[in-house]
Amino acid sequence: MPVFIPSSLSEATSLLAEHPTAHLITGGTDFMVEVNFNHRHPETVISLRKIPDMQLWNIDKASGVVFIGASVPYATMEQGELADALPALAEAARTVGSPQIRAAGSIGGNLGTCSPAGDSLPVLAALNASVHLRSSDAERTLPFSEFMIGPKRNAKKPDEVITGVSIPMTNGWQGYAKVGVRNAMVISVASVCLAIHDKTVRVALGSVGPTIIRCSDAESWINSQDITAIDDSVAVEFGNRVSQESRPIDDHRSTAEYRRHAVGVLATRLLQRGTNA
Amino acid sequence: MSQHEYYSLTVNGEQHPVQDAWIGESLLYVLRERLGLPGSKGACEQGECGSCTVYIDNAAVCSCLVMAATAVGSQIATVEGLNTDGSLTDVQQAFVTEGAVQCGFCTPGLVMAVHHLLDHNDSPNEQEVKEALSGNICRCTGYGRIFAAVESVISVRKSSAS
Ligand SMILES: Cc1cc2nc3c(=O)[nH]c(=O)nc-3n(C[C@H](O)[C@H](O)[C@H](O)COP(=O)(O)OP(=O)(O)OC[C@H]3O[C@@H](n4cnc5c(N)ncnc54)[C@H](O)[C@@H]3O)c2cc1C
Ligand code: FES
Ligand code: FES
Repeated sequence: MPVFIPSSLSEATSLLAEHPTAHLITGGTDFMVEVNFNHRHPETVISLRKIPDMQLWNIDKASGVVFIGASVPYATMEQGELADALPALAEAARTVGSPQIRAAGSIGGNLGTCSPAGDSLPVLAALNASVHLRSSDAERTLPFSEFMIGPKRNAKKPDEVITGVSIPMTNGWQGYAKVGVRNAMVISVASVCLAIHDKTVRVALGSVGPTIIRCSDAESWINSQDITAIDDSVAVEFGNRVSQESRPIDDHRSTAEYRRHAVGVLATRLLQRGTNA
Repeated sequence: MSQHEYYSLTVNGEQHPVQDAWIGESLLYVLRERLGLPGSKGACEQGECGSCTVYIDNAAVCSCLVMAATAVGSQIATVEGLNTDGSLTDVQQAFVTEGAVQCGFCTPGLVMAVHHLLDHNDSPNEQEVKEALSGNICRCTGYGRIFAAVESVISVRKSSAS
């Protein structure tokens, strides 16, 4: 029943090839809750915390793409250079759990869990991010939209490690908004990321469907308007169209009806903020 | 590559061997039940209450969510290590003086969170204090006495620095 702490990515992927049933763990903030409550009984674990390549991030101004290694914690995204490059990701990161959770929890773990409520995920969807995967003998990159395939389901193969994400920056405004029962320590009831690039609006929703939802109808409607002169009625209509594209359910956190309403309100607000900025 | 059925943790600068542990054990469990360091408290074991806060390589995290065997090679600091001579730190003393301790269950985690905040920001405003302590739940005090204790440490440190 070993725990491995590889110090390189190639070591991690060969370990995973040798031990196909091993569990990967980074911050442990999702995984250990399941272990503590006896929902999982791991026998072999590969910890990804000590792999330098997975802790790296960089902002390539020339290509306009930010790379974030899978083990980078929220605490690194919520302020400083990464926050300046990707303000919506910083806002999303800042809403996660508590300072203790943000110090440990990683973007790779959020992608590994792939909950529709994962706060980084609507940002990755709206910013057209791609996810890098690696096994002992192959590497591939998937657009986020192909990576997340269902609630807590993703296209990662059992022998693959998520190594990081590439996120194109936008030349317009971007922001994230989330509704929950209080400020700290709250899993989202509904969330929206809105980003503007080349004067084109993109919008993605969290917690209101089995996967993160990109609102293609609301996007094409708003992008046929003059977004330099958005008045209140257009912003509200945009919110209504976003609500119509949500596919929420009733669960222990909220009702479908409230969630459908909330995403619309958030989308209206973000559009107003983004176009008045 | 390292395999850890028997492993050793560095806690408050000292090596502690851990034997016959199940790999799924949390750091909180190992500290309290195997290493005789019960200062970190366990209440929720799901990262919500902060009573188990420790530092791992200088980051303040919930020890209930750290798989102990993955902390091999990391510097772990617990509330026991804040002052090894048994005296109280200024934060601990302020908690006593300001009446920020009632049942005391949340206190070790809060003391760790407050030291961590003040180590990184010597003059946090009220909002920053509240945000830094938002991962620590206290069911007794209503937080007023806790914020008063933090304020008093900030002002005492400031006046002794000037
Ligand atoms: C109190 C509390 C509050 C929380 N609040 C929020 C919140 O507000 N918003 C939110 O989105 N989440 C929240 N979470 C969930 C969690 O913190 C996040 O999902 C976090 O991003 C998980 O990262 P981690 O590194 O801790 O993952 P881990 O727990 O280490 O791993 C999670 C899953 O991903 C897999 N995995 C990890 N790294 C990789 C990798 N590199 N490649 C492939 N698979 C991998 C693991 O095998 C596991 O299945 C909260 C959790 C707690 C305990
Ligand atoms: S016991 Fe760890 S946060 Fe509650
Ligand atoms: S003093 Fe009792 S929980 Fe804080």
